[in-house]
Amino acid sequence: MDKEEFIKHIQAHSPGDVLNTAILKKNRVMVDIKPEAILKVAEHLYRETGYRFIIASAYHTKKGFEILYHFSDDIEGNIINIHVVLPQEKPEIESLANMLSGANWIEREMSELLGITFRNHPEPEKLLSEGNWAEGVYPYRKKFK
Amino acid sequence: MANRKIIPVGPYHPLQEEPELFKLYCEGETVKDIKWETGYNHRGIEKLSESKTFEQVFFLVERICGICSTSHPFAFANCMEEIADVEVPNRAKYIRSIIGELERLHSHYLWVGLAGHFLGYNTVFMWAWKYREPILDMFEIISGNRNSYAMFKIGGVRRDVDQTQIEQLRKVMNQIKKKNDLLTGAVMDDPVIHARTKGVGVLTKEDVVDYAAVGPTARASGWDIDVRRDDPYAAYDMIDWQVITAQEGDVFAKAKVRLLENYESIKIIEQCLDGLEKEPEGDIEVKVKEIPEGMGTGRAEAPRGEVFHFVKTDGSNSPVRHKIRAPSYVNIATFKKSCVGQTISDATISLAAVDPCYCCTERMAFAYDHDTGKMIYDGNQLVKLSQEKTDKIRKTYKL
Repeated sequence: MDKEEFIKHIQAHSPGDVLNTAILKKNRVMVDIKPEAILKVAEHLYRETGYRFIIASAYHTKKGFEILYHFSDDIEGNIINIHVVLPQEKPEIESLANMLSGANWIEREMSELLGITFRNHPEPEKLLSEGNWAEGVYPYRKKFK
Repeated sequence: MANRKIIPVGPYHPLQEEPELFKLYCEGETVKDIKWETGYNHRGIEKLSESKTFEQVFFLVERICGICSTSHPFAFANCMEEIADVEVPNRAKYIRSIIGELERLHSHYLWVGLAGHFLGYNTVFMWAWKYREPILDMFEIISGNRNSYAMFKIGGVRRDVDQTQIEQLRKVMNQIKKKNDLLTGAVMDDPVIHARTKGVGVLTKEDVVDYAAVGPTARASGWDIDVRRDDPYAAYDMIDWQVITAQEGDVFAKAKVRLLENYESIKIIEQCLDGLEKEPEGDIEVKVKEIPEGMGTGRAEAPRGEVFHFVKTDGSNSPVRHKIRAPSYVNIATFKKSCVGQTISDATISLAAVDPCYCCTERMAFAYDHDTGKMIYDGNQLVKLSQEKTDKIRKTYKL
């Protein structure tokens, strides 16, 4: 489905969970959702609309910890970015790795680099940091004045 | 669980001579489970990128991968041009596609050669690497380097391709076509290669979708995805070419996809050369003065699959966040499906079949103490094991 159609579709599918939508340049769509709804929305995109999970990008801002889950609509050539903001004090979100094995590594990576907790991750072992740095040190976190 | 043994493959991979540790949990000859440890060569590139200017980031990301060194600059350029809202001139698009496809050719030849060596076909290894040489020579003629060509910049390319180079490229393409016929015939018609690779390391379509695999790994399992066609960039929507797929998902299907893709790459390059000849006076870049605040996603189809870059900018001349996803990052995870149930001698070619690129995927340096298992096979012994199996099959075919 094209970008406008997708926005209408996702708003109709999860009316209370979608906070904001935007069409970015060149086949790119941004959908802000409530963090609690991530599993529901991702499951819908992956299983029902057949979109491919590309990867997730996490970054630290003054607002908190933001994650973009990038999905690809390979028929239309669109990238759908599902955006969530997690609070500074307790960044926690449900894991997608039980549904989608492709999310396994990246969630562990985000957890070690930024200290985001992924609830119910099937394999919560260290991917990168084992033996490298102390527990509770997160190299990609930023300090804000 | 009785008599389960751990066979460590690595920390240097026996085929690619790169660092990664796979632990094969075996019962007798059969692999029952696999675990891996990434983490020997982390270079902190995502973090380092935040301290570079956008122009410098090109040189940084070019060094993520030693084999497909243009894939990352390609995706990064697409990403930055999305943020700056820039349309690249046609001549630059053709040159970009030529570089991208030359890279696919030399990378696929490299893989075919290594896979041949691994199976005990050193002739294939020597042929494939010999045929790769003229392609690397062309890179040197165009860019001055056999690798890390530094051709890309925001808004276009750094160097033009002149008429003499166009003619040289045409000549090389004609030679490569014949060599590819020879190599494809050698692989497709050999009963021993069939016996060693058919039904080995099978990934079903469900597996590749679940692991979000990309590139020839996905296409050999019947998942028809290719960013060049699905989300076109550079000159790919201006020319006629096809996406190659296969259904079987085994090592043979992956080899077939790569060998047939070589023909498509040659087709693409020839059409791009026609395009260059039609517009001899075209610009090779547009000037981009400022990168506005925003975010962008860029992707490019590398020889191993989709490379993905995400960049967030704040109006300054450096990224605020730069996320990079190399194809091997998702492809390597599929080993859990392709290796379990295989014999040890087949596990290594199954590992190699996705053409894993460790320099793209490795993230962190640490030393590991092997408390739990001693080294039963080292790299050379594993290669020997695989080659002995081919020898046995050869004898049964009386070759």
